[in-house]
Amino acid sequence: MTGPSAVVIAAPMGVRGTLAELSEGESAGVVALDLPDAIAQRLMELGFLAGCRVTALRPAPGGDPRVFEVDGSEVALRRETARRIHVEIER
Amino acid sequence: MSACHVVTPTPVARRSGSPLRTAAIVGPPNSGKSTLFNRLTGLRQKVANYPGVTVEERVGRVHLPGDKVVSLIDLPGTYSMRPASEDERVVELVLTGRMPGVSRPQAVLLVLDATNLGRNLALAAPVLALGLPTLVVLNMADDLAARGGAVDLEALAAQLGTAVTLVSAARGEGVDTIRRFLEGTFAVPARVELPVIQNVPACRAWAGRVAERSRYRAPAPPVWTRRLDGVFLHPVVGPLLFAVVVVALFQAMFTLARPMTDAVELLIGASGQWLAAALPASWLRDLLLEGVWAGVGSVVVFLPQILLLFLLIGILEDSGYLARAALIADRTMAKAGLQGKSFIPLLSAYACAVPAVLATRTIENKRDRLATILVAPFMTCAARLPVYTLIIAAFLPERRLLGPFLGTRAAALLSLYVLGFVAAIGTAKLLKSTILKSDRSPFILELPPYRWPTLRSLGLRLADRAKVFLTRAGTVILGVAVGLWLLAHLPLGVHDMGASVAGTLGRAIAPAIRPLGFDWKIGVGLVTSLAAREVIVGTLGTLHGIAAGAGASTVGLQAALRSDLTIGGAAALLVFFAFAMQCMSTLAVVRRETGSWRFPALQFSYMLTLAYAGAWLANVGVTALVGR
Repeated sequence: MTGPSAVVIAAPMGVRGTLAELSEGESAGVVALDLPDAIAQRLMELGFLAGCRVTALRPAPGGDPRVFEVDGSEVALRRETARRIHVEIER
Repeated sequence: MSACHVVTPTPVARRSGSPLRTAAIVGPPNSGKSTLFNRLTGLRQKVANYPGVTVEERVGRVHLPGDKVVSLIDLPGTYSMRPASEDERVVELVLTGRMPGVSRPQAVLLVLDATNLGRNLALAAPVLALGLPTLVVLNMADDLAARGGAVDLEALAAQLGTAVTLVSAARGEGVDTIRRFLEGTFAVPARVELPVIQNVPACRAWAGRVAERSRYRAPAPPVWTRRLDGVFLHPVVGPLLFAVVVVALFQAMFTLARPMTDAVELLIGASGQWLAAALPASWLRDLLLEGVWAGVGSVVVFLPQILLLFLLIGILEDSGYLARAALIADRTMAKAGLQGKSFIPLLSAYACAVPAVLATRTIENKRDRLATILVAPFMTCAARLPVYTLIIAAFLPERRLLGPFLGTRAAALLSLYVLGFVAAIGTAKLLKSTILKSDRSPFILELPPYRWPTLRSLGLRLADRAKVFLTRAGTVILGVAVGLWLLAHLPLGVHDMGASVAGTLGRAIAPAIRPLGFDWKIGVGLVTSLAAREVIVGTLGTLHGIAAGAGASTVGLQAALRSDLTIGGAAALLVFFAFAMQCMSTLAVVRRETGSWRFPALQFSYMLTLAYAGAWLANVGVTALVGR
């Protein structure tokens, strides 16, 4: 196989989107963080690293922020932050 | 899996020479560092489930056999050695020996959460790179085992090139091995291949490899935490439970604390009577009874109530519920221009503004932090409780409002707490839209699993609080009480207290506070309460000549207050105390944390203005509503 089809095979499975689009129970792989350095660093320390798997858990009663399971712990983020985390959604 | 021995890699490079004198505890937030610190030192130290609650540098002494003493520094929780926040800067400065006034620790206890070794080990890379003798303490051994996780300690020690041990600090299992480690001479870590320590993905990838080679089996997700979150974060049940928790907290402060308060009061009254009978009549006896006993005693009676507040907040904090409360509160905080992380200091300000101001160090955004510091003293601290309790009890008859759940007095207290909260949020909004304008900072909060609070941790905290409170009663409050009694009885031979020095002083400021419904006695109380809010209770006792020996002193004081104040004046006094900044300790700590007198001066004048205006409105409003 050559050309375009090779590209299709090399592309990861899943739908491109942001963490904010995940509904409860859905998982996604982190692609990139579109956030200021200091915030991106903190998120990376908590496990939001390219290729890592994140699962959406419960939101706060008002719907925002939402709890995410990442790298063995649970981290709450506001929607405005989740929207800047680009992911491949597993569907 | 044994939790009772230290595993060292072979060969061990022993360091000869001088015995160990200082060591530091390092670890990520929520790894149980503070619990371990308490275990080792037995010293007071706040333990909670919040990421980054340990903001102060704390030092304790570990006593070892043979009269050996090691001083142990409990460093703030840190995810990496990247000095982004002030907390992390402190860690870096101390460990590299560049912190002024702190000698570089000779060894490190690196505390990691064994239930999440992959992520926690990422911190091991920068810590091991320091080259200090290090013991890696894998904490939460009980959780790891209960949830089916496992790790090969020998393999991990070989991978890290340093000693490793598995403990449960909460249960005290394996803590003796750490003591033995501190007794011995320390091994410098063997050289192992480490990643570039500033690179987070590289550190994490390295940590993953180390965990894998140590045959680490991650434990199953915490089932109970998920179930409990299903309830506490439920769209309908969650906010309801939040409200129930808050109301129950305040109701308990009145009902549960009552018998204990009565007992302390009885004790002070009885001892005062005994003193009165034992001593010959003289001015010294009067000073002792009316000044010292009544002044200090009237504040000490509130000790049970204040300890109960700290106990209840401590249970909420240690159990992990407070992190969920911060999550629920984030939307409200965002409306005020703040974020969920400001909620943590603001909630501790319900106990005392001083630790709250210190707790703001975890807020990375400078302007958010300053705004939180400036509004924290509006939150109803424990020192306001004696004043509130006294005035409410004197003027408000107890009636049931919601069956057995809420009485009128608890409701009044609750509304004062709400008033303080509203003032804090309103002021924050004002600050964030004017002088402290900044972009919205993100809310990133790690939620720890729910845990049973341990009696040991709660007990240490209460002992600490009791000590702080009694020290204050024995110094500031005692000093003000004696000084005031003297002023109220000078010049010599004065019989009418209104003609005394204190009375003259009170009369001088009386015109300024008359619109609020306060007489000169309240005026003197307002002046003395500038030292500390609760001092006004003792001051009013002294000015009314109520001695502790005269029996139940606060009942006498209630009656005296009713003759002094109208209902409107009482409401005004409550509002005044809700808003005014009458606390020297808070002003001092704000000055220290902001680096100048500018902000404490602004805070003081703003709060005083608000207090005066609010009290005037309350006096006029309530008087118009219910008459005099």
